[in-house]
Amino acid sequence: MARTSPVTDWSVDFDVLDHDYVADPFDIWDDLRHRCPIAHSDRRGSTWLPTRYEDVTAIAHDVEHFSSLEVAVIPFDGEEPEEPILPYGLPPISADPPLHTWTRRLLLPWFSHTRVAGYEAMTRELCSSLIDGFAARGRADAAADYAQQIPVRVIAAILGVSDSHADMFTGWVRDVLEFADDPERRAGGVQGLINYFLEEIEHRRDRPGDDLLSMLLHSEVDGAPVEQSLVLGTAALVLIAGVDTTWSAIGSSLWHLATHPDDRKRLVAEPDLMPFAVEELLRAYSPVTMARVVTHDVEFAHCPMKAGDKILMNFPAANRDPEVFEDADKVVLDRAVNRHVAFGSGIHRCAGSNLARMELRVALEQWLCRVPEFHLDEGQEVTWAGGQVRGPRLLPVVFP
Amino acid sequence: MRITVDPLKCQGHARCFALVPELFVVDDYGMSSVKGDGTVAPALEDRALLAIANCPEFAIEEIAGEDPPG
Repeated sequence: MARTSPVTDWSVDFDVLDHDYVADPFDIWDDLRHRCPIAHSDRRGSTWLPTRYEDVTAIAHDVEHFSSLEVAVIPFDGEEPEEPILPYGLPPISADPPLHTWTRRLLLPWFSHTRVAGYEAMTRELCSSLIDGFAARGRADAAADYAQQIPVRVIAAILGVSDSHADMFTGWVRDVLEFADDPERRAGGVQGLINYFLEEIEHRRDRPGDDLLSMLLHSEVDGAPVEQSLVLGTAALVLIAGVDTTWSAIGSSLWHLATHPDDRKRLVAEPDLMPFAVEELLRAYSPVTMARVVTHDVEFAHCPMKAGDKILMNFPAANRDPEVFEDADKVVLDRAVNRHVAFGSGIHRCAGSNLARMELRVALEQWLCRVPEFHLDEGQEVTWAGGQVRGPRLLPVVFP
Repeated sequence: MRITVDPLKCQGHARCFALVPELFVVDDYGMSSVKGDGTVAPALEDRALLAIANCPEFAIEEIAGEDPPG
């Protein structure tokens, strides 16, 4: 990753890829919320970073001034091809209405509460078999050996592609999201995904299966088939958004339990807390930041925002705003009132939120059932990824 | 107590359904609505208030000043 100069004042020169920020952004958010609730930086183009719940949710709801046409936290730093393969990006996440509206409607039924319930048994079995792989060793990398392995296989099943390519998918998704400041690596990840899905689309043209990719390809909207670039972009989105995000949430939750033995013991002793604990862990360690682009000059909360400026939708910081959450910096496993926005707010609410919640709950249930006592492996490093998606990438733990 | 979900505000987070499935239904697109006319049995009132307090879109409201039907 490109190294940049250290930050001296976060309010006017923040850097979301700063190593210390990625590992521990919480104090910085608290400081900013207090003295400069919408920070600014010119490090990667003019960019604003709101930290208060009220501001983040207001921007999320104002789709007229704040467009989703550029959702990447790290702007693409290379030449745009004249005829891009994905002219609409990854709809619906990278779209505004009306394109957003109908592409989202195609996806939503695949992630409905009922459909997601149907994926639970396979998720549980998958978690269990992953634990079989390391249970006897007394140690594991809870991120790389466990969290990282779960969502990619569930989403592959939904898309109808082989989970034998799971490592390849994970590599591409990491190239796109985690190594976004390396233009070559990012472009390689995008190309890998595109080439893969182009081939998978060809297989389904005459022989559609009972999978999400076949449905996208053979859907008709207003009497016309869905353009191939939209099928491609939406399929890539499902994979990208379905992999890194939930894996990060599972990893952060396991990090919390590995470092907070009282919470771990309580959750083992009181499994009925799990639905509340899942929401609380999502709040405290929200993985995802999306971007918006300012459509025309606007003054928002005394900030002179110019057309083309980026806004980083800091849902993770919003969820730690003490104006909204009592003891915002503490994990309270049975927090009853928890209006968090880990899955965003407004029309771009994460389409896969039901799936993510199920995966996180099942992953924690299976882990705590088989590995009720564990802690960090002292002397081994925990590493974090950040930027668009924050979560642990190496999380070595030991258990008796 | 009677409650309602504003269909223009609901974005399908499904927090209400997860908390009180007795009171809400969600469709294939995740949109939530109240069961029946939204009347909440006294035993479910605390949980209805919890659903109201957890909706990230502030889409659920208690209909104020109504006498229970019948």
